[in-house]
Amino acid sequence: MREFRYEKATDPAGAVALLAGAPEGAYLGGGTNLVDLMRLGVATPDVLVDVRTLTSTEVEDLPDGGLRIGAAVPNADLAGERRVRERYPLLAQALLAGASGQLRNRATTGGNLLQRTRCTYFTDTSMPCNKREPGSGCGAVNGFHRNLAVLGATVEGADSPHTCIATHPSDMAVALRALDASVRVLGADGERTVPIGDLHRLPGDDPSRDTTLAHGELITGIDVPALPWATRSRYRKVRDRASYAFALVSVAAALDLDGSTVRDVRIALGGVAHVPWRATVAEDALRGGPATEAAFAAAAEAELAAARPLTDNAFKVPMVTNMITRTLVQLAEARA
Amino acid sequence: MDRQITLQVDGAQTPLTVDTRTSLLDAMRERLGTTSAKKGCDHGQCGACTVLLDGRRVNSCLVLAVTAEGQEVTTSDGLAADGTPHALHEAFVDHDAYQCGYCTPGQITSAAGVLAEAAQGWPSAVTEDLVAGTTELTDAEIRERMSGNLCRCAAYANIVPAVADVATEQGVRA
Repeated sequence: MREFRYEKATDPAGAVALLAGAPEGAYLGGGTNLVDLMRLGVATPDVLVDVRTLTSTEVEDLPDGGLRIGAAVPNADLAGERRVRERYPLLAQALLAGASGQLRNRATTGGNLLQRTRCTYFTDTSMPCNKREPGSGCGAVNGFHRNLAVLGATVEGADSPHTCIATHPSDMAVALRALDASVRVLGADGERTVPIGDLHRLPGDDPSRDTTLAHGELITGIDVPALPWATRSRYRKVRDRASYAFALVSVAAALDLDGSTVRDVRIALGGVAHVPWRATVAEDALRGGPATEAAFAAAAEAELAAARPLTDNAFKVPMVTNMITRTLVQLAEARA
Repeated sequence: MDRQITLQVDGAQTPLTVDTRTSLLDAMRERLGTTSAKKGCDHGQCGACTVLLDGRRVNSCLVLAVTAEGQEVTTSDGLAADGTPHALHEAFVDHDAYQCGYCTPGQITSAAGVLAEAAQGWPSAVTEDLVAGTTELTDAEIRERMSGNLCRCAAYANIVPAVADVATEQGVRA
């Protein structure tokens, strides 16, 4: 592990100032991902600015009925928070589907959004990886990739500096994407708010960048807008073992019915792309139409029409199509 | 780069100078001689290093020692600090809930965390009613909540009833 200087600030602005002067530095939240990546030699910061308890550890009510979640709220506390369980079941379920009890106690809300892909080529410094070492190529595209992306990836051959089929590993972020959360960010020039759909980015021609944040920008909190019909929502996850594993595919969905018609719907997908994937094609197809299994399946298939699976992850396409359909059927039945 | 810290482990305060790269686990084992928490994977995947940090279970291999300043660390040994075995220690012996024993201190501290979380009404991924706010530690709940602790001897079949016994004693299981 590279040597690093450990710094603490007295307030968020102080932390931003410290990192502004450290181009190779990083913020330290719970450290459950970063410390591991440093030990593996994947992350090599020369300064760590400890922000684990520096931003808010509170969950506050917003005037519209939504919630403001401090970036330092641990994942376990957020899942245990009564208002989250009552207003946004899909968010509580997503948090509880992730990691282990020990990790959820330590991992922060802000850090969860910024965790790195678990692609095995990214975490193995002896392998080529455009995300870890830009220009080195992609070992996964012709290698082990059954866990990797089928939507929005850049596939130009193993030697291309652009190829990347990494997936975003967070469960929580998938639920927040379905809920249209916004991320509050503090930088050297002050505060700004980033819609969560604009936080993560597809690999495009620069797989090294996971997000649109500039160096030194600090996530201070997340606002989740009110969505009264999210009381009927669900997060479902398919993985290789029953607990404590990353998603092969996951679905976060909320359904609002007017009789047997879909008044509104939210669908986001995990395990299929470089970002938490919002299924807007499926949502548009369903809004105003019948809430039937056939309609749900047709909408899911329309969403996945854009999929470009590889040899060993093609199973994800029918798997996530079935997951979307089944989740919506269950929500429709729960509503009846 | 070195930094001076004071660690509080199982009730004892010890000032020491550590390289900032040192994990809490390594600081305990290599510097303080407190070997209750074990090093399994060193990646947060196996749970052998689990300790209570201010009463919450965490993987001590992923905690940098410099960040634990001012926090109370409790290992499995610390749960019996007065020389009296903890109810979980007794239950693990009664149920033969181990074979080689390497993962056991982590299993014990993790189970202590599970009991505290259940007493707070925290749900898990297998909890049917998220809103109820009460938790009954069924076998399925114990298995889910203990999934961050691996046992290569596969003593799970005895670990679950050991934890269940103490859950019943503590009123979080019928």
